[in-house]
Amino acid sequence: MVVDGRRALSDVVSTQVDIHRRWGGVVPELASRNHVVQVLPVVHEALGRAGVTLKDIDLIAVTSGPGLIGALLVGVQVAKALSLATGIPFVGANHLEGHLLAIRLLEDAPEPPFLGLVVSGGHTSLYDVRAYGEYRRVGTTRDDAAGEAYDKVARLLGLPYPGGLPIDRLAQGGDPEAIRFPRALPQPGVLDYSFSGLKTAVAQHLRAKGVPEGQALADLCASFQEAVADSLSKKAVAAARALGHSRLVLCGGVAANSRLRTLVRERGEAQGLKVFLPPVRLCTDNGAMIAVAGYEAWRRGLRGDYTMAADPAWRL
Amino acid sequence: MAAVTSTSPEMTYRMGVRLGQLLQPGDFVGLVGELGAGKTHFVRGVAEGAGVPSDVVASPTYSIVTTYPGRIPLHHADLYRLEDHDELYATGFFDLLDGEGAVLVEWLDKVPSAAPREYLRITLSPVDEVTRELEVEPVGERAAALAAAWLAG
Repeated sequence: MVVDGRRALSDVVSTQVDIHRRWGGVVPELASRNHVVQVLPVVHEALGRAGVTLKDIDLIAVTSGPGLIGALLVGVQVAKALSLATGIPFVGANHLEGHLLAIRLLEDAPEPPFLGLVVSGGHTSLYDVRAYGEYRRVGTTRDDAAGEAYDKVARLLGLPYPGGLPIDRLAQGGDPEAIRFPRALPQPGVLDYSFSGLKTAVAQHLRAKGVPEGQALADLCASFQEAVADSLSKKAVAAARALGHSRLVLCGGVAANSRLRTLVRERGEAQGLKVFLPPVRLCTDNGAMIAVAGYEAWRRGLRGDYTMAADPAWRL
Repeated sequence: MAAVTSTSPEMTYRMGVRLGQLLQPGDFVGLVGELGAGKTHFVRGVAEGAGVPSDVVASPTYSIVTTYPGRIPLHHADLYRLEDHDELYATGFFDLLDGEGAVLVEWLDKVPSAAPREYLRITLSPVDEVTRELEVEPVGERAAALAAAWLAG
């Protein structure tokens, strides 16, 4: 429940992580079945916590892409049904625009233009945000997303899913210089990322030396984390500078990572950038950010109708 | 069955390019190989060979299937996170098999029943840090012809 695209009255997140932990990932079939069960209770909870009813709602925003088709379809059908039953209009919102605009829910939110780094399990991209609705992707991963590298390395190390938090925790007590893992595409001017080679380097290290324990495990986690945060922060700051931006926004689930936050802040500020790091609850997937993106989409004239389809590959 | 050796990631990539140039609608290529076996390099090569713009290729580990525009549509799937046939079925994956594109699947060993009756299976195994052995197993006439043309190139 968000007012005027800026103020969250409530934000209810039904996490499927417990179910997914067993599977080492977000398995689509499970995810969409679970969506069906949870979507209406979450809507009721969001209205209840905000102290409003459906009568008070002016617009329903729903994620219509990108993402897993089964999960998207559940949301889109519910939005259409709610709209049909109540007469409230609805609009499809882009998940990535939601991440980029989540920061608007804070008091001192930056207005565009800014450079946004969206980094999560499924995405790692740099966006040149000129204005609301004007997004240009200027760099992206050529293979794995950063969050995917975390999850795969966690699996190699026998750590739980999702891999971000356990690796981050272990890394706190480790030496980031212990192992020099490769940084992909280090050439200045190249704004794309690549994390598949890093994952391979970790796999090869483990094949040669075995899965470490204790301090050696902490060192490995810290070294891996350093390689990820080093690449992500360096290119984000370089992109902001190259495009003449004075503001840098970090968002997406991996933006919760402690080392990434530190490096983006340090390197950004060293280059004179104002760096915005949303609190963790706004970095991970949430409904409020979709309300913001939907509000902005509505303001630029987008409308949902009953023929609207979910687009699993919707490119911002 | 045949085996070929790649002595570098670049060579693995170029072998992918050659296979991608030969792909026709209806072809199904399944890749097998542990993390770090070179599947990513190979896949990027196949995509280039199939005329897919390089900036649209990414890992489908989370989306399970991504379809790229190219000389022919290329469906790139990743079964890494799946446990069984039912889960794959629920993604709509099998609707792709009669389509107009070629299908390239990573981690085929996770759900071997993803493959149709005729397909080309390629297993990548690390020999040392840069060297990879590619074991080529065609099943069916078209796959045999595809493999022969590819290995002759």
